[in-house]
Amino acid sequence: MNRKVTLFAIIALLPFALLVVGFLMLPLFAMIHDSFLAADGRTYTLEQYIAALTSPYYSKGIVNSLKISLYSSFIGMVIAFVVSYSITRMSKKIQNFMITFSNLTSNFSGVPLAFAFIILLGNSGLFTLLFKEWGWSMTDAFSLYSWSGLVLVYVYFQVPLAILLLYPAYSGIHKQWRESAALLGASNLQFWTRIGIPVLLPSIVGTFSILFANAMGAYATAYALVGSNYNLLTIRIGSLIAGDVATQPQLGSALAVILGLMMVAAMWINERLMQRFRRDLR
Amino acid sequence: MKNKKWLSLLIVSATLIYLVLPLAATFMYSIAKEWSHTVLPISYTLDWYKELFTDLRFLSAVGRTLTVSVIALVASVVTMSVTVFVVYMYLPKLERYLQAITMIPFAVPGVVAAVGLIKVYSSGPIVLSGTIWILVGAYYVLIIPYMYQGIRNSLRTIDARRLMEAAEILGASKMKAFSRIIVPNIMNGIIISALLSFSILIGEFVMANFLVGGSYETIQMYLMRRLNENGHLSSAIVIAYFVIVLMISWLMLKLGTRFNQKEVNKENAA
Repeated sequence: MNRKVTLFAIIALLPFALLVVGFLMLPLFAMIHDSFLAADGRTYTLEQYIAALTSPYYSKGIVNSLKISLYSSFIGMVIAFVVSYSITRMSKKIQNFMITFSNLTSNFSGVPLAFAFIILLGNSGLFTLLFKEWGWSMTDAFSLYSWSGLVLVYVYFQVPLAILLLYPAYSGIHKQWRESAALLGASNLQFWTRIGIPVLLPSIVGTFSILFANAMGAYATAYALVGSNYNLLTIRIGSLIAGDVATQPQLGSALAVILGLMMVAAMWINERLMQRFRRDLR
Repeated sequence: MKNKKWLSLLIVSATLIYLVLPLAATFMYSIAKEWSHTVLPISYTLDWYKELFTDLRFLSAVGRTLTVSVIALVASVVTMSVTVFVVYMYLPKLERYLQAITMIPFAVPGVVAAVGLIKVYSSGPIVLSGTIWILVGAYYVLIIPYMYQGIRNSLRTIDARRLMEAAEILGASKMKAFSRIIVPNIMNGIIISALLSFSILIGEFVMANFLVGGSYETIQMYLMRRLNENGHLSSAIVIAYFVIVLMISWLMLKLGTRFNQKEVNKENAA
């Protein structure tokens, strides 16, 4: 009987296991293995990691990716913090509508999103023309195809996601708390700094780490906007494995491992902080 | 506090406008006939849509996206529902590991996944590079987290353990109980996760671009190539894509409320 059950379980789990091993585990291990090889593909070495971290070209890409992820996550977070709160003060109908709508627009990323922003703010975009008509040339101060443009587009895809993740947390703040705090003489600001934000903190940290990972791994948006010109970690990896110039899969693997480690680190920090906050709350 | 309600309303409206604006502009562009030096289009037309839907290249791109997504989805629905069910029912000790495995794709961005897949399947015993099977495999992995969550949650809500027990006491075999009792009951949950996964897959660009490249043009790749050639046509693609996502979301919402409704009815009846 027992053996029969084991056999049955193995047969049932086999297809899933094969697919996961074949298309998830094996590729990940192969990539990690590859990252420790020299360009000849045979000798073991750390030179790929040294190159990735010391070459100004690649380290700049890593720093740029970190920067844009931190900026866009932070701005997206601040916007979502205010907006989610405002949403909770609307009628139930508007609340549902806004959440459904955020859910919908959170699908709006990558190539289509880049394209929509080109229509709005590109060289002959809607606003670019509008401002020109008003007499100011926007191109002096802002270009969609530069750093500031990229931050703007990244923030756009972070906001709906951040609203979706943060909004449920507000249900943890009860109306009575605000009333009691007000009765005891706390100002609005005091309520938020002493009660509101500490209660929301685990959700804020959790949302931030997801936004951060989301931005770190983004490729299509930046690629559609500026091609391979912009120095981001994902773009660099892309051109190393399938570029116009000679490909360097080993270096690409090393950069991919670095990116993967950053994602894991973001998740890990989130996990740790959550535990600490929960202990404090107890 | 009440007097500040207008501020909240203002913020919510501003957010709505902010989120709508890029979409609205794309829509305007897709129905504009002439629009180059004015704020609003001079004249409107539906020709871009007509051109798009008679373009064989676009239609075959749609066909390719559907082919890859549907194969990956069917494989996922079949293997994942069996796996999640067996682990949930008979191997609860493995549940932690299964959950950990299903989280990995979250931490692996498309470009990283592509690096490993290219490495394994461009040479060696099995060469899949450039074929649709490497993309099917990649998509299968990509949607694992969503499928797992959906199936797992439905099994929990219907209390699958007790249902199986009841069916077996009444003389059904394990296979029969699974296919006749469990599957129909979690079908709604499976469909919702499959729809969510589908909307993710039709928007996927990175892996399609790296893994099959020029040999298998999907909707997103077609859009990418058309981007600099014809803006109006590209915006028609974006809107068409978005209408599909909208329909999927609507369907998910409907199915979701029907599912919840059933739960509520059950509770009321109990």
